[in-house]
Amino acid sequence: MNINLVGAAEQNTSKAVLSNVYAINLLDFHGIMPKMLVKQGAEVKAGEPLFYSKDNQDMLFASPVSGELIDITRGARRKILTIKILADKTQDYLEHPKMRPDADSEEIKSLLLKSGCWPFIRQRPYDRVADPTATPKAIFISAYVTAPLVADVDYTLKGKEEELQAALTALSKLTPGKVHVSVGKGSNSPFNKLEDIELHKVSGPHPAGLVGTQINKLDPINKGEVVWTITPQDLVIIGELLLTGRFNAQRTVALAGSAVKSPKYFTTKIGAEIATFLYASGVKDENFRVINGDVLTGKKTSPDGYLGFYNNTVSVIPEGDDYEFFGWNKPVFDKISATRALTFSWLQPNKKYDLDTNINGEHRAFVVTGMYEEVFPLDIYPLQLLKACMVKDLDEMEQLGLYEVIPEDFSLTEFICISKQPHQQIIREGLDLLQKEIG
Amino acid sequence: MSNKRLTIKKRLHILKHRYRGKKMAPAFNAFHTFLFSPDETTHNGSHIRAADDLKRTMNTVILALIPVLLFSFFNTGYQHYSAINGFPDNFAVMDHFLTWDNFWLGFVQVMPLVIVSYGVGLLIEFIFAIIKGHEVEEGYLVTGMLVPLIVPVDTPLWMLAVAVVFGVIIGKEVFGGTGMNILNPALTIRAFLFFAYPTWMSGDKVWVHGAVDRAGTADAISGETVLGYLAQNNASEFSYSVSDMFFGFIPGSVGETSAFLILLGGLFLIFSKIASWRIMVSAVAGSLVMGLIFNGVVDAGWIGEGSTFYGLMSFDFWKHLLVGGLAFGIVYMATDPVTGSQTNRGKWIYGFLIGFISVMIRVFNPAYPEGVFLAILLMNVFAPTIDHYVVRGNIRRRMKRLKQATIFPKSTDEKAKELKVETL
Repeated sequence: MNINLVGAAEQNTSKAVLSNVYAINLLDFHGIMPKMLVKQGAEVKAGEPLFYSKDNQDMLFASPVSGELIDITRGARRKILTIKILADKTQDYLEHPKMRPDADSEEIKSLLLKSGCWPFIRQRPYDRVADPTATPKAIFISAYVTAPLVADVDYTLKGKEEELQAALTALSKLTPGKVHVSVGKGSNSPFNKLEDIELHKVSGPHPAGLVGTQINKLDPINKGEVVWTITPQDLVIIGELLLTGRFNAQRTVALAGSAVKSPKYFTTKIGAEIATFLYASGVKDENFRVINGDVLTGKKTSPDGYLGFYNNTVSVIPEGDDYEFFGWNKPVFDKISATRALTFSWLQPNKKYDLDTNINGEHRAFVVTGMYEEVFPLDIYPLQLLKACMVKDLDEMEQLGLYEVIPEDFSLTEFICISKQPHQQIIREGLDLLQKEIG
Repeated sequence: MSNKRLTIKKRLHILKHRYRGKKMAPAFNAFHTFLFSPDETTHNGSHIRAADDLKRTMNTVILALIPVLLFSFFNTGYQHYSAINGFPDNFAVMDHFLTWDNFWLGFVQVMPLVIVSYGVGLLIEFIFAIIKGHEVEEGYLVTGMLVPLIVPVDTPLWMLAVAVVFGVIIGKEVFGGTGMNILNPALTIRAFLFFAYPTWMSGDKVWVHGAVDRAGTADAISGETVLGYLAQNNASEFSYSVSDMFFGFIPGSVGETSAFLILLGGLFLIFSKIASWRIMVSAVAGSLVMGLIFNGVVDAGWIGEGSTFYGLMSFDFWKHLLVGGLAFGIVYMATDPVTGSQTNRGKWIYGFLIGFISVMIRVFNPAYPEGVFLAILLMNVFAPTIDHYVVRGNIRRRMKRLKQATIFPKSTDEKAKELKVETL
């Protein structure tokens, strides 16, 4: 089910105003316990490690820019939330040795770990930064975009073939299996001519572009297996590291959504303040929501928030904190629906909608059945898996395939859910429990 | 106009905040959300949500029931006056059926059933919501409409009230409310009535308004259902044509008679994607198969005309769908998502067995020639078991995959492979 929204970014890239302050948000690294390497007030170079993971001391997390570490905000029990860096006028990079094309897997792994590029690699099960000690049975990359308003990687990665190839060749040495890359069928993707990969031409509506859908259809994860995933735009950063020896946090980001006056692309850096490019495009109203990522899976932030570590899209949509007169029974023409219960989005499948953040109803127990399956192509029973997670039945969670999915895979079922249940949160909590109990 | 509406909205908003955390908040919110869908926004996860909620879903089912309810007004009057004056010769719908007299008599008889059903049921829902501190849930909106449509028209109101109290509390609330119940609440209510007050639920006096009151007097009237005639092997005594049965000009429970309008309602529910077409199709198939088996038994000469079951067994298999509550049960009650099978494969089995067992009970139950409500209640109980085995199939497939798991080595195949993902 494709969700067509107003405000897709126009293919026109501007350079964002330089951000004064950059921030690394620790909530981007679910499950990582950070241990700081530099103190407040210290000067760091771009690519210099800021902290490491307590679980694996080799896994370093780098600063996106050179500058002064000005603030470490902490939450409850002194948990580190964000690390802020005041950027220098001229950027100074930490230099790593360039990687030879014939480097072996240990050399590649060690460079990725110490350069701060490792966290770009994520793993299933459990949806977290990949465990460097595990051997993945395959690596999956989706360059087919079906989620609403998300940056078109065919556009943003144009001309980056060299970096992509370097990264893919290096990654292919980290797995005994294949590196699967999915591109849109008939698209002009920069991946089309690259080597050391297994190329798939994917077609179909959302969630065909989600890497989880592709894994399930191509080579599903079995119990005990590990699969790594990485987004195409992060391959560029890895590729540049291999070719130049520098961690360059630059990224092309789509600013999209119906609350943006002229949605388009910006080049900026990981951790940049969102206001540095948000107001350049103009916002329509006072009452809007800024989302780090896409509207189905992103994290709520604000104009003075910072671009997330994994995000290549910032979505801005109107808040829906208003009542609607007889909202439950009058015919609906201006919202998307998976049913035809006096909802008429089925009449115009190509119409673009301006959706706000209203929940459009009230939270209820699961009642309707058979709806999720229509938008959930994985060979998994979605309702049964959600219920197993809610009642914390570990055996059932495992048997029904929880280790195959991440919250993102349930974003569309959450969107259409008539009972307005928080599917992604249920799956997240289920994964955390499964990992804690089984490991 | 818009100014006034704004102030109502604002006033209700202020009241909502005043009631927040108070005991009566669920009761207030029930009325508030009836007028205005709430201002609640998403947090994390999916920031946008589709237009439908449970209220809209339930409302769609009610819309599909409205034609049936309106038809029942006319049919109640038509059956009553026809029982007194005799069925009209040269029956014309406009002259004899869609008349003001028929409508008014039916309205006066049926509306009290609707009002009592909703009044008592919603009162209990409100009380439980306030005691348990959760919102008033929408489940009863459909149940409350179904109940008056599946009882005989002269069911005493106090009886209906008692049955609703029983059905809502024992059938639903003790399990935790909407979405948690095992048995369909409307059918629990119907079953309670059937077992507690059987004389009011069967025989030839209950299906036509006035027949009970007039029994034993000089003005006595009666109206037997088609199934009733068949069960007594009196097939020759009724004069209903196939078109009478299809359009519903026959005696029966208030809303069950018009197979035509039920078919339209069913098509509407399938089109709007609210009810499961799998259950409906398989239930129809199940009833046809059972009917065919019985027809076959008669054709093979295994039972003779003297048999108790001859009347119902020899009834053309497809006509079972036109008489009694089978069509109504299949469209509006078997498709209840909470008590039915929840997996798509399970729905095929569940629906098929409902149709199959309905016709079976119909034929073999000597006391009461109708089986659909018992069949659905029985399958409600078995639905979790059906789902269990369907889901086991998925689990077994996953375990089999694990046993065969290999790492696919890097391929030398240069050609790109195509993957087509098909969803909505």
